[in-house]
Amino acid sequence: MYNWDFTPIWANGDLLLAGLGNTLALTVVALAGGLPVGLALALARLSGSRLLAAPAGLVIEVFRTTPPLVQLFWFYFGLPIILKVEMTPYLAAALTFTIQSGAFFAEIFRAGIVSVEKGQGEAARAIGMSKAQAMRRIILPQAVKRMFPAMMERSIELMKTTTLVATVSYADLLYQANELAQKTFRPLEVFTAAALLYFLVITLVSMLGALVERRMAQSGEMAR
Amino acid sequence: MDTPLLRLAGLDKRFGERAVFSGVDLDVKRGDRIAIIGASGSGKSTLLRCINFLEHPDAGRVILNGEPVGAERQRAGATGIRYDEGSLNRLRQRVGMVFQQFNLFPHMTALGNVMEGLVTVKRMARDDAARLGLAELARVGLADKAEAYPAHLSGGQKQRVAIARALAMEPEILLFDEPTSALDPALVGEVLDAIQTLAAEGRTMILVTHEIGFAYHMATRVLFLAEGGIYEQGTPDEVLKAPRRPLTQAFIAGHRRFSF
Repeated sequence: MYNWDFTPIWANGDLLLAGLGNTLALTVVALAGGLPVGLALALARLSGSRLLAAPAGLVIEVFRTTPPLVQLFWFYFGLPIILKVEMTPYLAAALTFTIQSGAFFAEIFRAGIVSVEKGQGEAARAIGMSKAQAMRRIILPQAVKRMFPAMMERSIELMKTTTLVATVSYADLLYQANELAQKTFRPLEVFTAAALLYFLVITLVSMLGALVERRMAQSGEMAR
Repeated sequence: MDTPLLRLAGLDKRFGERAVFSGVDLDVKRGDRIAIIGASGSGKSTLLRCINFLEHPDAGRVILNGEPVGAERQRAGATGIRYDEGSLNRLRQRVGMVFQQFNLFPHMTALGNVMEGLVTVKRMARDDAARLGLAELARVGLADKAEAYPAHLSGGQKQRVAIARALAMEPEILLFDEPTSALDPALVGEVLDAIQTLAAEGRTMILVTHEIGFAYHMATRVLFLAEGGIYEQGTPDEVLKAPRRPLTQAFIAGHRRFSF
C-alpha cells in the first residue's frame, strides 16, 4: 500500500505557485497576441486577394498541422541559427504559442464571420459604410458572439499545450513540478497537486466564460 | 431639359453564362415613383441592386445627377469601368435601400439601427444622431420602440425601422426591394402605409413589388420586365389596366384572376 504524503508540497508551495504564475503569464501573452494575429489571418484569408489569402492560408495550415513541440524547437533552436538572434525560452514560447493559437483562432474567426448572413453586410454597405466599417460595426460583433464558446475551448486547450515549454527549460508549472518531484522523490503527489492547480484555474475560467456567454445572450438579443 | 436625377444607360448584367438583362435604359426624374413588376427571375431585384452597386453591372453606366459613377479604365489592355470604394460609398449615402428581409442589425436597438449610419458614416455626434433617429422612428410610428431589439419587433415593425434607417441618411432616391414579400399578410398594410406617406411627400423612389394594386395607386410609372429588359412601360393605367404586349397582358391577367 502506497503511503501518500503531501507535506513536501506544502513546504515547497511557493515553487509550484511561481510555476503557475509563469504558465498564466505565457497563456495570457499568447492569447493577447493570438487573438489579433488570428483576426488578421482570417481577414487576409477572406480578403479575396490572392496576394493576402495565400500566405495567410499557408501560415494557418502549417501551424495547425504540425506538432506544437516541433514548432517550439523550431523557434528556440532553429530561429537563432537562421537569424543570428538571441533566443530565450520565454521569447521562443511566447512566439510559438502566439502564432500557433493565432492559426487556430483564425479558423474560428473565419467560421464566425462567414456565418453572419450576407444581408447584414449588404445593409451596412447600403447606408454607405466602407468594408472596414461594416466588418467592425456590424459583422464582427455578431460573429464574436457566435464564436465565443469555440474561443473559450481553444484558450483552455492553449493553456494545457503550454506545458510543452518545460522542454526548453521555461519554468512553467509543469517544469517546476518536475523539479520538485526530483527533489522530494514524491512525483505522484507533486504531479497530482500540479494537475489540481490546472483543474482549478481552468474550471474558474470556464465558469467566468459561461457567465459572459449568458450576459451576451441577455443583452442585445440575436434575431436568429 | 432637366438632367434626370438618375439615369441608367445600357445596363447589362450576367450571372455566369446567363444574361439577366441587357441594354436597360432608364431616366428617373426628381419626384418619380417607379414600380418595377415582372415574373420571378425577370431581374427586377438585380436591376434595383445594380443601382446602388450591391451587384456590379457588367456593362453600361449609372449616372446620378449627371455624374457617371466609376471611371473608365485608362490602362492599355484593361477594359470596362473601375469603381473605387469611396465613390460607391458616397453614392450609397444618396441612394437608400429597404430590403425584403429587413436586414436590421440584431445587436443594436431600433434606435441604434437608425443612428448607425449617422454616427459611423456621417460622423454625427451621438446626441444629434439620437435626436434625428428618434424623429425618423416617430415618422414611421415607432418612437415607443426605440429601445427594443429587432428580435422583439414584429415583421412589420422591423420593416418600418428599416425604412427609418434608410430615411435617416436623407437619401435622394429610395429603393424598395419587395418590402412586403417576407411579411405576414396582416402586417403588409402598415408597411404600405409608411411607403404611401413617403410617396405623398414627393420623394423619388423605385419599388420592386408583387403588390400590383399598390403599384397602381402609388407609382407614377410602371416598368414590366421580361425577356431580359424593360418589356413594357408607361403610366399605371397604361401598363396595369390596358397592357399592349402579350407577356404583360398574361402577367396582369394572372394577377387579376382572383380579384373581386
